[in-house]
Amino acid sequence: MRITDMTAVELAAAIRSGTTTAVEAAEAMLDRIEKLDQTYHCYVTVDREKTLAQAKEVQSKIEAGELDGPLAGVPVAIKDNMCTEGMLTTCSSKILGNFVPMYTAEAVLNLQRAGAVILGKTNMDEFAMGSTTETSAYGVTKNPWNTEHVPGGSSGGSAAAVAAGECFYALGSDTGGSIRQPASYCGTVGMKPTYGTVSRYGLIAYGSSLDQIGPLTRDVTDCAAVLEAISSHDEKDSTSIERSDTDFMSALKDDVSGMRIGIPRDYFGDGLDGEVKDAVLKAADGLAKKGAVVEQFDLSLTEYAIPAYYTIAAAEASSNLERFDGIKYGYRTEDYAGLHNMYKKTRSEGFGQEVKRRIMLGSFVLSSGYYDAYYLKALRVKALIKQAFDDAFSKYDVILGPVAPTTAPKLGSSLADPIKMYLGDIYTIAVNLAGLPAISLPCGADKNGLPIGLQLIGDCFQEKRLIQTAYTYEKLRGAFPAAVKEVG
Amino acid sequence: MAKEYETVIGLEVHVELATKTKIFCGCSTAFGAEPNTQTCPVCTGMPGSLPVLNKQVLEYAIAVGLATNCDITRYAKFDRKNYFYPDNPQNYQISQLYLPICRNGSVEIETKEGGVKSVGIHEIHMEEDAGKLIHDEWDDCSLVDYNRSGVPLIEIVSEPDMRSAEEVIAYLEKLRLIIQYLGASDCKLQEGSMRADVNLSVREAGAKEFGTRTEMKNLNSFKAISRAIAGETERQIDLIESGEKVVQETRRWDDTRGESYAMRSKEDAQDYRYFPDPDLTPIMVSDEMLADIRSRQPELRSEKMKRYKEEYDIPDYDIEIITGSKHMADLFEETTAICAQPKKVSNWLMGETLRLMKEKEVEVEDLRFSPENLAKLIALTDSRAINSSVAKEVFEVMFDTDVDPEQYVEEKGLKTVNDEGALKKTVEEVIAANPQSVEDYRSGKEKAIGFLVGQTMKAMKGKADPATVNRMLKELL
Amino acid sequence: MANIISDETIEYVGILAKLELSDAEKEQAKSDMGRMLDYIDKLGELDTTGVEPMSHVFPVHNVFREDVVTNGDTRQQLLANAPEQKDGMFTVPRTFE
Repeated sequence: MRITDMTAVELAAAIRSGTTTAVEAAEAMLDRIEKLDQTYHCYVTVDREKTLAQAKEVQSKIEAGELDGPLAGVPVAIKDNMCTEGMLTTCSSKILGNFVPMYTAEAVLNLQRAGAVILGKTNMDEFAMGSTTETSAYGVTKNPWNTEHVPGGSSGGSAAAVAAGECFYALGSDTGGSIRQPASYCGTVGMKPTYGTVSRYGLIAYGSSLDQIGPLTRDVTDCAAVLEAISSHDEKDSTSIERSDTDFMSALKDDVSGMRIGIPRDYFGDGLDGEVKDAVLKAADGLAKKGAVVEQFDLSLTEYAIPAYYTIAAAEASSNLERFDGIKYGYRTEDYAGLHNMYKKTRSEGFGQEVKRRIMLGSFVLSSGYYDAYYLKALRVKALIKQAFDDAFSKYDVILGPVAPTTAPKLGSSLADPIKMYLGDIYTIAVNLAGLPAISLPCGADKNGLPIGLQLIGDCFQEKRLIQTAYTYEKLRGAFPAAVKEVG
Repeated sequence: MAKEYETVIGLEVHVELATKTKIFCGCSTAFGAEPNTQTCPVCTGMPGSLPVLNKQVLEYAIAVGLATNCDITRYAKFDRKNYFYPDNPQNYQISQLYLPICRNGSVEIETKEGGVKSVGIHEIHMEEDAGKLIHDEWDDCSLVDYNRSGVPLIEIVSEPDMRSAEEVIAYLEKLRLIIQYLGASDCKLQEGSMRADVNLSVREAGAKEFGTRTEMKNLNSFKAISRAIAGETERQIDLIESGEKVVQETRRWDDTRGESYAMRSKEDAQDYRYFPDPDLTPIMVSDEMLADIRSRQPELRSEKMKRYKEEYDIPDYDIEIITGSKHMADLFEETTAICAQPKKVSNWLMGETLRLMKEKEVEVEDLRFSPENLAKLIALTDSRAINSSVAKEVFEVMFDTDVDPEQYVEEKGLKTVNDEGALKKTVEEVIAANPQSVEDYRSGKEKAIGFLVGQTMKAMKGKADPATVNRMLKELL
Repeated sequence: MANIISDETIEYVGILAKLELSDAEKEQAKSDMGRMLDYIDKLGELDTTGVEPMSHVFPVHNVFREDVVTNGDTRQQLLANAPEQKDGMFTVPRTFE
């Protein structure tokens, strides 16, 4: 087996056994990136020298017996909204085009403690605002299954890198579906953990109450291993939660007997593509045959999640993005007349259209006279949505549905109509409002060969049930083909 | 006939808390460091950084709330106040609007007429300070130093209960005393650890409705506050008399010019878009937490006064003055603990200390001499090693530079001459040189001996014990 | 239904958000924001009487740090990203009149 075809856990085992080394793995992957990335453009930054230096250091620690975890020595790709000390971190925005952080995000540090080697930073929708990775200031990323299609977003670079085999695994962030939806479009596994499970320290915020870092991997085993490595109680993040049940690899069991799985009818109505629907329901049947108790139910409130989400996320984003002002870091406009003109020109030139759109909306919904009607109303609806999930989880262990209404759309077909684009988030967004964990994994392909994603949603802190169900399904499904077969 | 007007004043007082670190990060709050050397990703608004509340800030805020009779909010939150300014690195300030930590308090002040008046406290909230902007004349730009950014503040918002500058000053002095006693802040107006913004309106005497108010900023001393109140009252009355309207606005007081000007610009929308900060979790104040803070509350002034009366034999008036400042009371207690002579310590504080403070315009918080050195000085006089006039001279040096009096007396050769032989020789010389005074004394003019003592002291360059000189003169005459 | 966003509103939001839009962008923003608000107005269909606004999903509270200095001098790293600096400080356009 070629090194680059291995999963992360397989590669780490090979390195531990001495069959290969972290340096060989990093070199092989860097070579592959060099060959493929001009086609897919998954990365914003790759630094060969730094990567190899890290790989050498990690390899010597492995040999010294200081590192022996399931990911030691494995190269990883990091979404470009996580700070990496000494390495460019742009959020795919012009306004951070030259920003080199003075510290590393806690989740990335956790990976480094586990022996990860950073390959580079992946492309994304600017400040994670988008569903296609087309709002990046540094060019679009292409779907490795078909380069005329988007990889999804906002963690499109990470998902495409995993799918194209340009990394062994990647980190993404999920505010309204930004890990799960690109994972679905690219045929990889992607997981958004329970809010507070992974530290947000060093994740450049979009919607602080919704953002969560998570893994994008080749299979469920890698997903569990990566989630186990990045989860931690971080005293630097007030919203970080202390958990004692983060030994996620222990949930890799091929067994769903007695697992109560609910299928929300609301997720299978108008707007859902027929092929997606069939593939997802087929997956549910498979799990039922493996002993799960599967039934349909009404979740309710589904259509209110999107407006509530866009109100809350835009409001938080408008405030979170105020710090980009041309004073402390990043882009500053060339010519200006006085302070406020400097602010306005810097921000107008530095931010792209979608980011400006959400900042404007967020500023408006928080402004005097509208706060109660929009922002507080959205927070009340959020409480109702959370209640609806609480009710559902009193009956079910796992909620099963599609990730997105369709497979990956064509490049250039989404941005013109923002509301239509936002509607594509309908199955992923409520999960963020309620702080729940959810996983996306491939369950088939449409007639054009584009992958279809299956979403499993769990109650808070029930990642293990999701991993167990996903692992069981993965066994049942068998190996999912690779998007990029041979590299010439 | 001229109308009578009443001035209505409310205060927003910012107090910098005496914590070691900032409100949301582990950076030092020490004063006077090089620019930007006490900063980190959190207090400079670096992307991805997150705030975590300093527990001591909450405890101080609650302690001040308890001491000012506030209701403590059992479920409190932090909100973001959004506005762009370079001293505000995130371009939002973390503050409290919707659920501030304390509400509905009051403090009592003494009025001119000798009565007692209660000033209501609307709320006390916690927030972060901004950085410092320095104007660079050379390059015609401004420079930002974030050392102060994130230093913890409480803002104490009063009800519009004050009617004169005297009441405002009395209220501020009372607040300062309470907070200093709690150890929550040193409350220095000049250094900005206590800052007061004045909300002021005027109305015709007897009117029920309040007039339109303005907010006055940049008031750095009690004098500036008094002048600003007088100036703004006059400005508003002039506007009303000439048929114009008072505009609700924020004004900046220029104390050197004795006038204020509006701070508004088109770019200041004054719409702060407050919303709960999603990066911080709510605060739940439990009964246990309150009891704990109460139990650790330092002695209040009234308790201290009572204890002084029982423990130390000093006059009520001295107790009143000494406990009137936490710093003075600390000096008193620490010195007394060393020398066990409360009466003498009190005399030094009530006498020379107050005199020199007045003469040199030194605030009590800025007193420099240490309890150790004052105790040493008292020991030197007790042992008659120096006499009282030398002691006063030494004290003045201590007052300025906190010298060690033992060393100083030694170095300057100020010790009293206790060699009776040498002294006797001088006394005999003085008697021989002043026959008229000797004659006067012998003929019953007792006062004449004072002149002879003075002459002897002069000849000894002050380094003699006047009592000994007196005794020796009497013997020889 | 149908939120009409005025020029004044767009101008005002631009001041709040420190964004300067071209005329074409303004027209686009007016239409985008109007449509978004129409969509958000859908929330009005739900009766939320008596429902507490939910900021945090989990009842996590009282997350504190102790009052201990943990940070040292990192000025050099801090200023490394500054577009303009002088004397260890960030340079900004003149803020005093």
